[in-house]
Amino acid sequence: MSSTSTIEKNSAPAASESLHKMDLLRFTTAGSVDDGKSTLIGRMLYDSKSIFEDQLEALERSAEITGGGEVNLANLTDGLRAEREQGITIDVAYRYFATPRRRFIIADTPGHAQYTRNMVTGASTANLALILVDARKGVSEQSKRHAYLASLLRIPHVVVCINKMDLVDFSEERYEQVRDEFMSFVPRLGLPDVTFIPVSALQGDNVVDPSENMDWYRGATLLGHLETVYIGSDFNLSEFRMPVQWVNRPGKDEFHDFRGFSGQITGGVVKVGDPVVVLPSGHRSRVKEIHTYDGNLEEAGCPRSVTLRLEDEIDITRGDVIVGEDRLPIVAQQHIAEICWMNDQPLALRKKYMLRQGTSTVQAMVSSIDHRIDMKDLGELEDPTELKLNDIGRIQFKTSKPLVYDSYRRNRMMGSFILIDPATHDTVAAGMLKEPENRMPVSVLAGPEDFVI
Amino acid sequence: MSSHKLSNLEYLESEAIYVMREVAASFERPTLMFSGGKDSICLLRLAEKAFRPSDFPFPLLNVDTGHNFDELIEFRDRRAEELGAKLIVRTVEDAIAKGIATPTPGELSRNRLQIPTLLSAIDEFEFDCAIGGARRDEEKARAKERFFSLRDEFGQWEPRSQRPEPWNLYNTMVSPGQNMRCFPISNWTEMDVWEYIRREQLEIPAVYFSHEREVVRRGGQWLAVNDIAPVKDGETVETKNVRVRTVGDIISTGCIESEASTIGEIIHEISAARVTERGSRADDKVSESSMEDRKREGYF
Repeated sequence: MSSTSTIEKNSAPAASESLHKMDLLRFTTAGSVDDGKSTLIGRMLYDSKSIFEDQLEALERSAEITGGGEVNLANLTDGLRAEREQGITIDVAYRYFATPRRRFIIADTPGHAQYTRNMVTGASTANLALILVDARKGVSEQSKRHAYLASLLRIPHVVVCINKMDLVDFSEERYEQVRDEFMSFVPRLGLPDVTFIPVSALQGDNVVDPSENMDWYRGATLLGHLETVYIGSDFNLSEFRMPVQWVNRPGKDEFHDFRGFSGQITGGVVKVGDPVVVLPSGHRSRVKEIHTYDGNLEEAGCPRSVTLRLEDEIDITRGDVIVGEDRLPIVAQQHIAEICWMNDQPLALRKKYMLRQGTSTVQAMVSSIDHRIDMKDLGELEDPTELKLNDIGRIQFKTSKPLVYDSYRRNRMMGSFILIDPATHDTVAAGMLKEPENRMPVSVLAGPEDFVI
Repeated sequence: MSSHKLSNLEYLESEAIYVMREVAASFERPTLMFSGGKDSICLLRLAEKAFRPSDFPFPLLNVDTGHNFDELIEFRDRRAEELGAKLIVRTVEDAIAKGIATPTPGELSRNRLQIPTLLSAIDEFEFDCAIGGARRDEEKARAKERFFSLRDEFGQWEPRSQRPEPWNLYNTMVSPGQNMRCFPISNWTEMDVWEYIRREQLEIPAVYFSHEREVVRRGGQWLAVNDIAPVKDGETVETKNVRVRTVGDIISTGCIESEASTIGEIIHEISAARVTERGSRADDKVSESSMEDRKREGYF
């Protein structure tokens, strides 16, 4: 944990009157205990003028109490008393800030080994992963683990901040060594977009303002990169999917024939008049109306929440998925997935868990564990006997009813699931579905109106 | 295809609607906590967006401290009626009379006493989920709160054993004795709330706008002159143009000097503000952990 010795009073935090027109970047941070991650976030909030006077006062008060009188930027994010006492971050903390160019949500996750589950949670909704590497120590096991998780969770963009450059005399040579070391295992992970930035979180070099100590670096500062990285195509916009959440039936005279299917679009775009298939039943219909409180829409795309009305009376309930016709999803009861185990009780083979995917909840039973990832070298250990807390592995499992999904690789919202222990109700695993070995044809029933698929 | 990209506010709205519908689909007896404050005003609009043309699938619940700005109560009752929603009010006064809530000698603010009052209302109506307008940007302890936050029989929050919430897959299971708190606008900031109020043209109580009021300086802030904590010797009553940034117990809610009389002016004022909204709440200033402590006891 590091600190700055002086904090000047900020001018007003960045003003913007048009936040509602701005887009949103969600990013996750990961680092080892001493990588200075909280300091980096504190620095970003501070230098972008997103910290307020009373927050600073609280920091200064606690600095006086704990002695030393030094304000610790890390205390801006370490919210719980135990965290401040132990100097660690226990849980995922969400932070919010805006610049005139973009709005940001940070999922700040702890870096220590036992908290992989929090890293997975933070990474699951992120567009971008920010990984910290200590310039003195080079690429640690932790850094590899973080890069692996970013790849497993298919975060579209990765930024590697090589931090504590002030402690290696802002050496370009050292920066290049660490960068090359990191790049040596990137091809194996298949990360699509990796950017390196040399920074000093403590002194602020290349965080918000360009460094005066590293004129050899010509790239963007961290904030500059976060403000401009292209996130336009991070959602799947090609195949229409909408898991039905809630059936809207007003039961009032003036709406006696209103029957709408409410949900969030998790893939693609839907238009009025589009032919759709309801899965797993296979019934077909057409979209009659895209209802919203603000009036009906002609078309709507992922991730908007809408209410669809269909041309035909079909029995549809929560857990069903309304999809477009052109590329149908997988409908199956036998599955392969990568999972991260998140509970103190290890995974038990043949035990009945509850599984939640989309809006559907079914029973699930794991038949085998194919392999477990060795976090030391990211290799696959064949035929492991169990998966324990923070282990990642590939499993084969069955569900009591068919699941409707796409592979996680294709659609993060359609291919993810959680496992719940039916006795304790704990969330015990987060999973990512893979394309099954033998993809079964999806049966689509003839609709009342005959059209060709 | 890029025309389908949602703006920040549209994204947050869609997420909140999704969370509200999860409550409606997953719980037998939910409720929505409505105080008349700006955050819960947004919740009501989101509920309209999630469930119309149906009625709300839950009643509204207000835990009334009795230490109120008068216009808030008038607004609360009127808004519930306009929406055709059932409003349940349970008062701290009543909870004290029944011995459910016990004031500590010398304790004037009733924020802490809302906790037993709320828990007893949850018991009385057997609510299994209470929707609230808390946001993660309000306070450091809240930054670690989940969308679906499990509470035990004593309403306690245990930050170390929270359920992980990957993607948008919420575990809504509760065991007997437990109940859920749900926070659909977890990811909203104070600015998002005001931008949303502007975009949706939502009515808000007059106390949020600049008005002339008698105030006294106490504990580093301007407090509205009231009957509950009367003016003390040595305090000077002044008349100022003020408004509130956040509404709580009247005796600990600081008024800020302000000329902002429209939503646009409020937004302008906040974007230039140099303290957080909770900086005007004396109850949060007691210690760095005061919110964490109250949350552990069952505060929403």
